[in-house]
Amino acid sequence: MSILVDKSTKLLVQGITGREGLFHTARMIEHGTSVVAGVTPQKGGEWVMGGKVPVFDTVKSAVEATGSNTSVIFVPSRFSADAILEAADAGISLIVCITEGIPVQDMMKVRRYLDQVGVRLVGPNCPGLLSPGTAKVGIIPGDIAIAGNIGVVSRSGTLTYEVLHALKQNEMGVSTCVGIGGDPINGTSFVDTLELFEADPHTEKIVLIGEIGGTDEELAAEYIRDHMTKQVVAFIAGKTAPPGKRMGHAGAIVEGGEGTAEDKIKALSAAGVMTADHPEEIPGLLQ
Amino acid sequence: MKLHEYQSKQLFAEHGIPIPHGQMTMNASEAKSIAEELGGRVVVKSQVLVGGRGKAGGIRVVNTAEEAEEAATQILGMKIKDLPVRKVLIDEAVDIKTEIYLGITNDRTRRCPVMIASAEGGVEIEEVAKTHPDKIVRVWIDPLLGLRDYQARYLAACTEMPRENWREFMSITKGLYQTFMQTDATLAEINPLVITGEKGLMALDGKMVLDDNGLFRHPELAEMRDLDEEAAEEREARKYGLSYVKLGGEIGCMVNGAGLAMATMDVIHHYGGSPANFLDIGGGASAEKVAAAIQIIIRDPNVKAVLFNIFGGITRGDEVARGILAALEKTPTKLPMVVRLVGTNAEEGRHLLAKADMETAVSLADAAQKAIAAAKVVEES
Repeated sequence: MSILVDKSTKLLVQGITGREGLFHTARMIEHGTSVVAGVTPQKGGEWVMGGKVPVFDTVKSAVEATGSNTSVIFVPSRFSADAILEAADAGISLIVCITEGIPVQDMMKVRRYLDQVGVRLVGPNCPGLLSPGTAKVGIIPGDIAIAGNIGVVSRSGTLTYEVLHALKQNEMGVSTCVGIGGDPINGTSFVDTLELFEADPHTEKIVLIGEIGGTDEELAAEYIRDHMTKQVVAFIAGKTAPPGKRMGHAGAIVEGGEGTAEDKIKALSAAGVMTADHPEEIPGLLQ
Repeated sequence: MKLHEYQSKQLFAEHGIPIPHGQMTMNASEAKSIAEELGGRVVVKSQVLVGGRGKAGGIRVVNTAEEAEEAATQILGMKIKDLPVRKVLIDEAVDIKTEIYLGITNDRTRRCPVMIASAEGGVEIEEVAKTHPDKIVRVWIDPLLGLRDYQARYLAACTEMPRENWREFMSITKGLYQTFMQTDATLAEINPLVITGEKGLMALDGKMVLDDNGLFRHPELAEMRDLDEEAAEEREARKYGLSYVKLGGEIGCMVNGAGLAMATMDVIHHYGGSPANFLDIGGGASAEKVAAAIQIIIRDPNVKAVLFNIFGGITRGDEVARGILAALEKTPTKLPMVVRLVGTNAEEGRHLLAKADMETAVSLADAAQKAIAAAKVVEES
């Protein structure tokens, strides 16, 4: 009933002994996620979560001991690029980076390297992934969505929660919610996620939540027009954002006339995507 | 973080890019002595972090030190696009034969730096992109390989650079790339890069923008931030880790999360209102942070009503409610307030706020409409 994370996910938490790491590890376990290991350099040998989850010094030793296949990163921004590369080199196939504030030049190098070795990254600066009732990797509150057949993909955090909440209130369930993050350079894109949803037999409709900045939504519109058979509805945040100002997310900025909400809505509409004027309209568009 | 021209050129010079002799000053009499040292014929350039300085009269070429003092006096009393000029750069005047554009920035779509050159230097590159797109040439740089010689040569060839200047031009492209990478910049621009009569190539004007997220690696650059050039509220917001942008409408907003904050502004606009600001209190915001956010919002004289939209995840509704109450106790206000709390501990939060005289809303649409209506009442009274 999901993409990217499910019952086969064997999760490793990088930065597990930090405040955020501990808090969200507990929430992920509550949601049924199999958390097999944690990594915090120089804390190898400790156990957390009431003695249930072992902590390792390195990702490599954690993977060797536990067979972990997915990693979620909660380490501070200055150490995050290194944490992503460490996970990739240790054989992790899906890396989810929650951390906000990674320098853009670090991400350019990391992304280039990941493309070469063929490892998937979700984020950074994202809320992670939630397949309601099955598994959660990241910080999306588990109780705001119910299981179902709608795929959700978003560049935002709380705006995504808003949409999940609206869907739940209308008794609409979600297959997987993917937060791809608000940074200018990230891993998995809208197009990558749409491709996965299109191929997933349990996803019937898709909600895309974009925002100003960059051209990822325009590329998604092109992909939808040429390759998607499933219905996609969208909301683009930032219609009222002034040009040249960064709106909280590092990637949410209209520069040189590029990345406006109008352009994105126009491109999506031209591809047959219905766009909502505000997030609470989305359930209505899916009916 | 934007750097001034004089700061940008100083960084260029540190990476081997020739710049004119010159010095920044904040007073006119010093401008005179700098001009004397430089031989009298100088350019007096206002240092403000906006474009269009030339058009506004903020750049003057003068022939004597006395004239330089006079020009500096005038320019230091100017405002350019509402920003008061506090600094001037006194540069030696050079004999310009040709003006070229050379810049580097990040290409988000290709996820790598792109170096851009144009034979049409001295005007804004966005303008050239509109009028003569064929005159702009780009090379994309693999961040793991760096700028290669052949790419620099390609830029030289495409900008009709005289062959005797190629070697020097290539060294400048390398210097610019180094400056960009070693300072975690998101933009480094030489406009114009000039071919002079006697001194070869020279970066006459410079502009840089640094990645705020990279500043931890460059404490010496972080100190270059010109606090005078920032709106007081934005400076205050940054101190508390809040993300704030002033907009000019009448509904003040406080939201957790950037996307939701933008969506809240859009919904206000959709129902016929106008947001006063963008304000993201971030994840897990403490009561102290919330109180700081409210103070910033209600200090804006345009604000007629305040809308709180909090979707609890990591952020807890009761904590936010406590922050709101604490701020209102410290700074009482008659402004009407509309609160929408959903998610983690929202119930407790609503309970706490029931004591205060606040309107509550269930949906975002409902909250926006109530805030707009409340603002209208304030305006009419």
